[in-house]
Amino acid sequence: MTASTLAKRIIPCLDVKNGRTVKGVHFESLRDAGDPVALAAHYACAGADELVFLDISATLENRKTLLDLVSNVATEVYIPFTVGGGISSESDVYSLLRAGADKISINSSAIRSPELIERLALNFGAQCIVVAIDARPDECGIWKVYSHGGTQNAGLDLFEWAVRAQDFGAGEILFTAMSKDGTQSGYATEALAQLHDIIQIPIIASGGAGTKEDFLNVFTSGKADAALAASLFHFGLLSISELKSYLKDNKIPIRC
Amino acid sequence: MKNQKIVIIDYGAGNVFSVKNALKAIGVEAIISDHPNEIQEADKVIFPGVGAAGNAMNQLNNKNLIEIIPALRQPVLGICLGMQLLMDFSEEDNTSCLGIISGSVKKFKPFSGLRVPHMGWNSVSFSKEHRLFQGWKGGEWVYFVHSYYVAGNPFTIGITEYQDSFTSVLEKENFIGVQFHPEKSAESGLRLIQNFIELY
Repeated sequence: MTASTLAKRIIPCLDVKNGRTVKGVHFESLRDAGDPVALAAHYACAGADELVFLDISATLENRKTLLDLVSNVATEVYIPFTVGGGISSESDVYSLLRAGADKISINSSAIRSPELIERLALNFGAQCIVVAIDARPDECGIWKVYSHGGTQNAGLDLFEWAVRAQDFGAGEILFTAMSKDGTQSGYATEALAQLHDIIQIPIIASGGAGTKEDFLNVFTSGKADAALAASLFHFGLLSISELKSYLKDNKIPIRC
Repeated sequence: MKNQKIVIIDYGAGNVFSVKNALKAIGVEAIISDHPNEIQEADKVIFPGVGAAGNAMNQLNNKNLIEIIPALRQPVLGICLGMQLLMDFSEEDNTSCLGIISGSVKKFKPFSGLRVPHMGWNSVSFSKEHRLFQGWKGGEWVYFVHSYYVAGNPFTIGITEYQDSFTSVLEKENFIGVQFHPEKSAESGLRLIQNFIELY
């Protein structure tokens, strides 16, 4: 048998608001994309390697809705999934993992208090702590980090923040190029490649997927470990099986 | 076969419900328990694990399970951290583990672009005759997520390549360990769990 190889991952992302899947362009103008549990089961059957759920309406009132969603997904799909949105404490993480999530993703709360990453890694293991970073280049081309769903400039440089998040114990970085989000104009491959060279934890690329070639580029030029996409899967513009056979034909290690 | 009493050890590890759901998918209702008697009386025990070794051993200690687990005589399936805890020692938090299998758990060293944790789908090289892999043809993809690993060991029955090869499946007497997450490895993982339930 030939030596085994770690596969590149294809990850559909489900933005969830009040229990429904939605997808916006530049984090706005939300469109309804359906029932998240049904979509999750569909993607798992179609060959998704992992799923990400981001609760973009994350509030205390919605916490129970999210927990119910997580346990419903966990009983329907037998592939890993990550949950993010409004997570800010050990007890949040504990209840989400107990409900069946495999990993949790933190963003604004990690920016507010990087020690949270350390505490969560110590309690739950670094491998289940994803630090999500939303960033876009300023007028000088410097990648700046934004918090609170992309609404507030966090005053941080993307690359410096990614290194700090790793050093505090993050197991993975989910980097969303806000300037690309929902545009289907290709991933931010240069920034991704630069990120790859300065951190050692896996990187999920997000923002900009539009064509099969974009995925090939994000794995070759962008050196990403995983590629996340939403609109083009939700709206049937590209099927996971078609994407995977294209990548396999182009010598990308992929689980088919 | 489906009337067996299957107990999933509950010591705060995150993936107990995923394991229970996977068992449900193959028609088995498992019990999640941290009660020593319940675990001892099980036909089969699943020892899950997501988390950090030091914290996990503390939890096992608090629940008085450190003496109980090594003394189990029924088939035990350790998953991920649950497999690593079967060993003597883990470099993670410099933790003394259960000592059921000799050897230590080491950390992957990131170099030449290698990502740590080893996260995602990879395959297992195994002996086709082994009952745990019945129904696998070779080249099955299974899901890994870990920063620590067990090196080659006299009890290794499956290996995976990442940097070097490491032990992805081991078996000593009634103790089986898998480094990947069968409960999250789609059909291939469910088949392995089914083999554990039906063939052991």
